[in-house]
Amino acid sequence: MTVLEARTLNKSFGALRASDGVSLDLRAGEIHAVIGPNGAGKSTFIAQLCGSLTPDSGTVHLLGEDVTALPVPARARRGLARTFQISALAMEDTVLANALLGAMGAGGTPWRFFAPVRRDQTLRDRAEAALARVGLADRAHVRTADLSHGQRRQLEVAVALTLGPKAFVMDEPMAGLGADGSKAMTGLLDGLRVEAPILLVEHDMDAVFALADRISVLVAGRLVATGTTAAIRADANVRRAYLGEDA
Amino acid sequence: MREGAVNAVLLAGLVAFPIWAQAADEPFLITLATRAVILALAAVGLNIALGWGGMVSLGHAAFFGIGGYAMGILAFHAQTYAPLMEWPFVIEGTKSMPVIWLVAVVASALAALGIGLLSLRTTGVYFIMITLAFGQMLYYFTISWTAYGGEDGMSIYVRNGFPGLNTLVPVEFYGLCLAILLLVLALNAALVRAPFGLALNAARQSPERVRTVGIDPGRLQLAAFVLSGAITGLAGALFADLNRFVSPSMLSWQMSGELIVFVILGGTARLFGPVAGAILFVALEHLLGGVSDYWHVFLGALLLLVVLFARGGLVGFLAGRVR
Ligand SMILES: Nc1ncnc2c1ncn2[C@@H]1O[C@H](COP(=O)(O)OP(=O)(O)OP(=O)(O)O)[C@@H](O)[C@H]1O
Ligand SMILES: [Mg+2]
Repeated sequence: MTVLEARTLNKSFGALRASDGVSLDLRAGEIHAVIGPNGAGKSTFIAQLCGSLTPDSGTVHLLGEDVTALPVPARARRGLARTFQISALAMEDTVLANALLGAMGAGGTPWRFFAPVRRDQTLRDRAEAALARVGLADRAHVRTADLSHGQRRQLEVAVALTLGPKAFVMDEPMAGLGADGSKAMTGLLDGLRVEAPILLVEHDMDAVFALADRISVLVAGRLVATGTTAAIRADANVRRAYLGEDA
Repeated sequence: MREGAVNAVLLAGLVAFPIWAQAADEPFLITLATRAVILALAAVGLNIALGWGGMVSLGHAAFFGIGGYAMGILAFHAQTYAPLMEWPFVIEGTKSMPVIWLVAVVASALAALGIGLLSLRTTGVYFIMITLAFGQMLYYFTISWTAYGGEDGMSIYVRNGFPGLNTLVPVEFYGLCLAILLLVLALNAALVRAPFGLALNAARQSPERVRTVGIDPGRLQLAAFVLSGAITGLAGALFADLNRFVSPSMLSWQMSGELIVFVILGGTARLFGPVAGAILFVALEHLLGGVSDYWHVFLGALLLLVVLFARGGLVGFLAGRVR
């Protein structure tokens, strides 16, 4: 079943074609990796999927519904959970507060003015479960700015988890992680695909080959190949275009 | 935890000061303290927009003035026995504070809704400029509004009434103003712990994050701006009642600037920050204003010190940590 689908997305910045007819689908239960060199247009593609950029043409479908005209919050409420290449978190607030924010978004209402959020057991359970899942349970009361880089990447995933999403869209979750961090994150993502499929943009090839069911290769805004991990590994064009090897 | 102690000391001071001034037979000091409490209330309103919402409004004097004029207009019609309007139905003036407050709150909330809807399309310096522009528009409007005194403003002969109190007695009016301040602070404290406060806090730091979990940060900010304007408007009605006078100067951009100074001096996004800031301002004005006409120089120097060395403001400095 197709959960998330892009149909011939085009997006230009002036003369630069950042997305050039990109069509791609994400199916239930899979991790679909998108790889490509720096500046290939991966983040631009994600922004169009999630609604923070409007494509010049083309459509985005989430669970069969055309969501191209919907803004970011509306897509999030329909089950699209995104993590950012550069962490976007409330840095002055605690780790728990960030997770609670996600739980509130999922629960539907931030419009409550009197009862303390910390006494809302439903929200807390949801937030704490997500933190435990990524291994941040003991950091709940730490200020987010005081987390290590790797822990912030984990918190990004935890906030996405609180949404109980239908699809994850992750922009380089391993970025800046050391070998151990990458390994831990790989293990985490591997377990997530049963909950919701993951569209994974990633430079870390070890992680991509370990995790992905399918891989798409984006070069200069165009998809040059899509296939199973084994097929992409063997594809001579991909090696030349991206992996930088002689075929 | 120590911030709680600082708050408790401020609170105790606010309660004890009039008792002392009463015993020392210094009614003028009670009036001065009333001024501090009312300005604190106005700044508590601004703090919700500026501190938690991250919206630097240079137009909050507009709401202060709208509250002031709500009191002025209603009391003016009550003392001249001329209804505000007779068609399609009759609206009489009133000398009742609760009614005046209600009108002040509703009018300033509606103004904040309109101004917020337009201003929140922008951010940063443009937001500052557009709120300033709205403030100035209303300021010049009141200057040209000759029906209600124009440039000269208007005087109200007798302070408005509150059931069960003699508001003409300084200490009773002080108690009333303090009760309102404490009530609003209690609501403010609840608000920042509630889901709305958490989301607003996050919207200030990372609007993108808030959108990504399915919440529109602009709507949170608009709601905070309306609430903020309503509180500052309520303070405006009390301020006019304290002085028994309302004039365009309540809407001047200097007034907006002073409110910002109270918040920053005392500590942004800290519950008692604006209270500390307003008390400090009124105290300096009283103590130094007599020594030199240029006492604002001292205020400026103090503000500089706070901004450079104590980002948490006075409350943050006393509490001994900067968040
Ligand atoms: N808002 C923008 N305005 C103009 N150009 C942009 C904008 N956003 C991205 N670009 C350009 O579009 C191209 C694609 O950028 P994008 O960030 O999508 O690449 P990417 O594949 O995510 O790269 P990286 O691997 O470095 O994250 C780049 O050349 C970038 O400079
Ligand atoms: Mg990128």
